[in-house]
Amino acid sequence: MNLVLSPFAAIGRATLGLLAMLGRVAIFTGETFSHFLRPPFYPRELLIALLQVGWLSLPVVGLTAIFTGGALALQIYSGGARFNAEAVVPQIVAIGMVRELGPVLVGLMIAARVTSSIAAEIATMKVTEQIDALVTLSTNPMKYLVVPRVLAALITVPLLVGVGDIIGILGGYTVAVQNLGFNAATYIQNTVNFLELRDIISSLVKGAAFGGIAALMGCYYGIGSGRGAQGVGRATKGSVQAAAVLILAANFILTSVFFSL
Amino acid sequence: MIELRDVHKAFGDNRVLQGVNLSIEKGSSMVIIGGSGTGKSVALKCILGLITPDSGTITLDGEDVTKADRDAFLARFGMLFQGAALFDSLPVWQNVAFRLLRGSLKRPRDEAREIAIEKLRRVGLTPEQADKLPAELSGGMQKRVGLARAIAAEPEIIFFDEPTTGLDPIMAGVINELIREIVVEMGATAMTITHDMSSVRAIADNVAMLHKGVIQWTGPVAQMDASGDAHVEQFINGSAEGPIEAVR
Repeated sequence: MNLVLSPFAAIGRATLGLLAMLGRVAIFTGETFSHFLRPPFYPRELLIALLQVGWLSLPVVGLTAIFTGGALALQIYSGGARFNAEAVVPQIVAIGMVRELGPVLVGLMIAARVTSSIAAEIATMKVTEQIDALVTLSTNPMKYLVVPRVLAALITVPLLVGVGDIIGILGGYTVAVQNLGFNAATYIQNTVNFLELRDIISSLVKGAAFGGIAALMGCYYGIGSGRGAQGVGRATKGSVQAAAVLILAANFILTSVFFSL
Repeated sequence: MIELRDVHKAFGDNRVLQGVNLSIEKGSSMVIIGGSGTGKSVALKCILGLITPDSGTITLDGEDVTKADRDAFLARFGMLFQGAALFDSLPVWQNVAFRLLRGSLKRPRDEAREIAIEKLRRVGLTPEQADKLPAELSGGMQKRVGLARAIAAEPEIIFFDEPTTGLDPIMAGVINELIREIVVEMGATAMTITHDMSSVRAIADNVAMLHKGVIQWTGPVAQMDASGDAHVEQFINGSAEGPIEAVR
């Protein structure tokens, strides 16, 4: 009997575990947001986080976007040629970068760069009792560690996505004009005319959502870290996995909200 | 006075504290001894509210610690952590002055730095160390910085979590002496957990032994050698034979 039921038991356990985790993440998120408006605030920590999350992520975001935009132009050109639609390169590059690839790729790069570093840093602080030390020094770790990082991500990741969108389009433009024989002025004209305000707003909203997810997952896994080097390793791995999956899931939900209604 | 009454705490099936009763007089130095994993740290963290006990009460001057205003409560404490637990992104002086740079005890930056340097001098460090990062210091120096941080805001009660672990015997002696001096000159209540017998003799007014989740024996340090308790005797002599199982 047990042998028959064990797969069901395993499914049940996994489901319950997942739901319990979702609940914990939801409580953690709620608690974080509840601290946004309640003093004390730590402006210095916020400034450092803005620099770490935003400014220092610019190179990796720029590189990701420019290569993706370039590759996208090549693909659309050769794919479009199959039904004599080579001319749509500017429009499809613009819509592809702004609506989907810009926010998703920037979100994933942030998950790789920022989530992992937040998780590893906070987990190490936990393991070396620095979090306990914060508490004994009358400082709430949620306010001192979590809020500045999440706030910084909410502010800077939309900006990074905006920059990524522009650089991605620029990558497509460069390839199209240099290699595929497009006229520079017409390319820009087509891009500008084609994009709608809704495309841009959706891109930036996605950026904020993905940034929030990335920072929250880093903090959540860091604070929940187990003991020792292994605990830090697990926290880091878990945080990046969770952030990446949640970013892709949130992307699907946000896309359906923005474009299928 | 700190008082623990029938404090229980379990982690899953592991019943760490099984009814701890202990009182620490104001201005006295209590040292809790016991083997690794006997719950000494858990007891200490329960008093600070870092861990919530499953049952029992902990009072500070008659007030239940779980019901006290957290900020005001914690402002009365200083703590030296086992691994010093310095914030590695901040220079040494900002670690020491952490509490003076933010929150309810905040004061001007220059003044906070001056106090930090004064406290560093008190623990035997020079002002040149103040601008270094914790990672640039030796283990003994980090412990001293941790000690300076613990006393920076002139707390009434100071906790020391294994203050000599990981130090050579001479450095351990220096730290023990510093702790004793500081506690006496500040008139603070001290609670230390350790399994280093030289610490016990240097720091303690009173000793309590924690074993199997309860206080096995407690009394003045002078009576420790004639306690008549087999557990205490085995512990202070460090013998493998006795009522405490060597394999834990």
